[in-house]
Amino acid sequence: MGDLLTLVAKRLGYGLLTLLVVSILIFFAVELLPGDTAQAILGQSATPDTVAALREELGLNQPAYIRYFDWLFGAIRGDLGVSAIPPHQPVISVIGPRFTHTLFLAAYAAVIAVPVAISLGVIVALLRNTVFDRVANVLTLTSISSPEFFLGYILILIFAVKIPIFPALATVPTDVSFGELLYRTFLPALTLVLVVTAHMMRMTRAAIINLLASPYIEMARLKGVPPWKVIVKHALPNAWAPIINVVALNLAYLVTGVVLVEVVFVYPGVGQLLVDAVSKRNFPVVQAVSLIFAATFILLNLAADVGSILTNPRLRHPK
Amino acid sequence: MTKKDQDLINRIANGARAGRISRRDFMSYSAAAGLATAGATSLWTSSAKAAPQAGGTFRWGVHDGNTGDTHDPGSYLTRTMIFLAHTHRSYLTMINGDNTLGPDLAESWEASADASEWTFRLNPNATFHLAGRPVVADDVIASLNHHRGEGTTSSAAPLVADVVDITKVDDHTVKVTLSGGNADFPWIMTAYQFAICPANEDGSIDWQSGDGSGPYKIDSGEFGVQFALSRHDGWHGEGAWFDKVELITLNDANARQTALVTGDVDAISQIDLKTMALMGRDPNLQLFNVPSGAAITLPMLTDTAPFDNVDVRNALKLSIDRDEMIEKIMFGAATKGNDFHHSPAQPYWPDDIPQREYDPDQAKALLKKAGAEGLTVNLSTADSVTSGAVDMAVLYAEHAKAAGITINVVREPSDGYYSDVWLKKPWCLVSWGSRPTPDMMYTLAYKSDAAWNESRWQNERFNELLLQGKGELDDSVRAEIYREMAILARDDGGTVIPFFNNFVYGARANVGTPENLAASWENDGARAASRWWFTG
Repeated sequence: MGDLLTLVAKRLGYGLLTLLVVSILIFFAVELLPGDTAQAILGQSATPDTVAALREELGLNQPAYIRYFDWLFGAIRGDLGVSAIPPHQPVISVIGPRFTHTLFLAAYAAVIAVPVAISLGVIVALLRNTVFDRVANVLTLTSISSPEFFLGYILILIFAVKIPIFPALATVPTDVSFGELLYRTFLPALTLVLVVTAHMMRMTRAAIINLLASPYIEMARLKGVPPWKVIVKHALPNAWAPIINVVALNLAYLVTGVVLVEVVFVYPGVGQLLVDAVSKRNFPVVQAVSLIFAATFILLNLAADVGSILTNPRLRHPK
Repeated sequence: MTKKDQDLINRIANGARAGRISRRDFMSYSAAAGLATAGATSLWTSSAKAAPQAGGTFRWGVHDGNTGDTHDPGSYLTRTMIFLAHTHRSYLTMINGDNTLGPDLAESWEASADASEWTFRLNPNATFHLAGRPVVADDVIASLNHHRGEGTTSSAAPLVADVVDITKVDDHTVKVTLSGGNADFPWIMTAYQFAICPANEDGSIDWQSGDGSGPYKIDSGEFGVQFALSRHDGWHGEGAWFDKVELITLNDANARQTALVTGDVDAISQIDLKTMALMGRDPNLQLFNVPSGAAITLPMLTDTAPFDNVDVRNALKLSIDRDEMIEKIMFGAATKGNDFHHSPAQPYWPDDIPQREYDPDQAKALLKKAGAEGLTVNLSTADSVTSGAVDMAVLYAEHAKAAGITINVVREPSDGYYSDVWLKKPWCLVSWGSRPTPDMMYTLAYKSDAAWNESRWQNERFNELLLQGKGELDDSVRAEIYREMAILARDDGGTVIPFFNNFVYGARANVGTPENLAASWENDGARAASRWWFTG
């Protein structure tokens, strides 16, 4: 177990370094974009005088590296700064509610997608090369091959326009019940489910089929264990490592890749916030959202590695 | 009268009640159904627009909003904020449905003889939602000063640059002194930035709280997402039929239109021109196609070769087929331009200036005269300017081929277009919002020393007339001045104006609207919340 803790600590250290590099890249990428916050705020109606006054007010006259280090030292102390746009709310309070929405939608989709994908994977491995296997593969591969926004539009067309049972807009008022919330966000969650299911299902299927050629599976079969038990009791435990990795990857995708789904359903998540912040050159918000995304990837990958170790006795008890 | 006729008249009356038929159409349909004019008139007044009903929650999808929006009137940028401002705040004056000027906070106003001093008398019934007190002169002074003086960051600063002093005459009277005559000053006060906010002790304004004195007060809201408002009892104006208003930002065209089709919203601020015809077929919807003062312009830098030659400029103006452009790019939803920036939706529009048509032969002759045959020019454009902006430039290039002109379409990055391309590249495509009067438009973008003189056009007579028209209070004299200016801009200016784009927006069939819709912004001059109602 001590080794595991060392591993986690080491990986977290690398993770922090990665975040630092990401923050530098983001900062200079935003700097490279034409125009600055003052011009973006004033838009077409900017005059040299008002732009200059706004730059002064926003502190944009300082050199780029000084602004970066100002931000960095703040961030190290846990202060992510204030939004670059008046009335300068703290970044945390700008991102907080939107990120909660994104996490909610991602969790909603994950709670449906992960059990469905893994059970489907087990079933198609059991029934491999049958009609069911083929149909499940074709359907999931079709849904993963279509862009999210297209899937979203198809779902809206079917379930909001032709058979009006779900709302086309997922804009959620603040004071609705949990059931109402689930109902209103069902179509975007379903879109995400369709997008991530195929990957997890096919990995489960492949990992299990791969193991079915192993001698110990043959042994189990020879002693008369029924096929479903062979898979669930003997093959699956050894297949967890790759499955967990794919699940982690897809969970990270659910958090970071929902921008298009948010746009289609007008869902107030963090993706739209990021797009708006980039267009306004609102650097502190861009930086914070990007770091949250990067941290999500790092943490979920770490969780996947820890998970694979914990499910593998040989790694759990090294000689 | 037969049963069939009676059915027809009932249908027409229902259409009138729902606001789908204009008065003129109503009269001619009624006559066709065998109804005498007198009968039709009384049917119109009894059934139609006469009686808006109160009640309901108006869910309003607006096409442009950003999570970085703010309540600061000097930093309003998106449609969502402009619409919200017209719903929860008040202005001194407002543009009526028929595009005339009417009272809002100011119940009356008058000018000194040279139009350099304006006195506004405030409506004593106007009150702030949160502060709960009447709107007084100090609030108006502070709100206007917000856009003036050293270090202001307001985008409206140029509009009040000629204001010398604003003084309080009494609690409900404000006097504005200008550096010169400006007959349009009450019109300028309708600009979306001049929302009146409560004044602080130190003479600044409290915009942060989102307080206002408009028809609806904000209950809750999140920038770039949605705002919930409810009726401000005791509002000083007329209308505000809905109990509640929900202003929802719907940036994605598809999401916005689907929401209207499924009934998730009652009205939307913009309909994609490509799907306009399809939407029009839905009996549950009504579409509005309102000519506006918004325009697409193509300014040439008149101090830069080859555009410094007026014959070259006019050759280019003759090499564009405006009809085809309106048909193919705007799907018919535009009003033909005539190379002067004054739209039929604005006052003093001169209707007797000959329309410039597509004439490649004359263009060729002009180029020959200028010694510029086989002219090659670059035209900068970007998709963000307007929907179809790049297609438009490509189509122009095709039209110009017939005159022997080669137009190279240069696709610029959308980001920073207005800081890096506009006013810098010799010829580019620009989208202009609507200004209420010709003086405001010309002063902004055609006056010789204007910061945004986008064609750098210098014409002595034009500038002289501009100054003269600004201080002129006599309407017929002004109309003559703007007519002459239009001809100068058309024949000597450096700006090609292919068309004025119409506002195309929609509502559910059960939304009632007045007969005339203001052309200053989409959705009845951004005032749908206080001017429209539910018919049932």
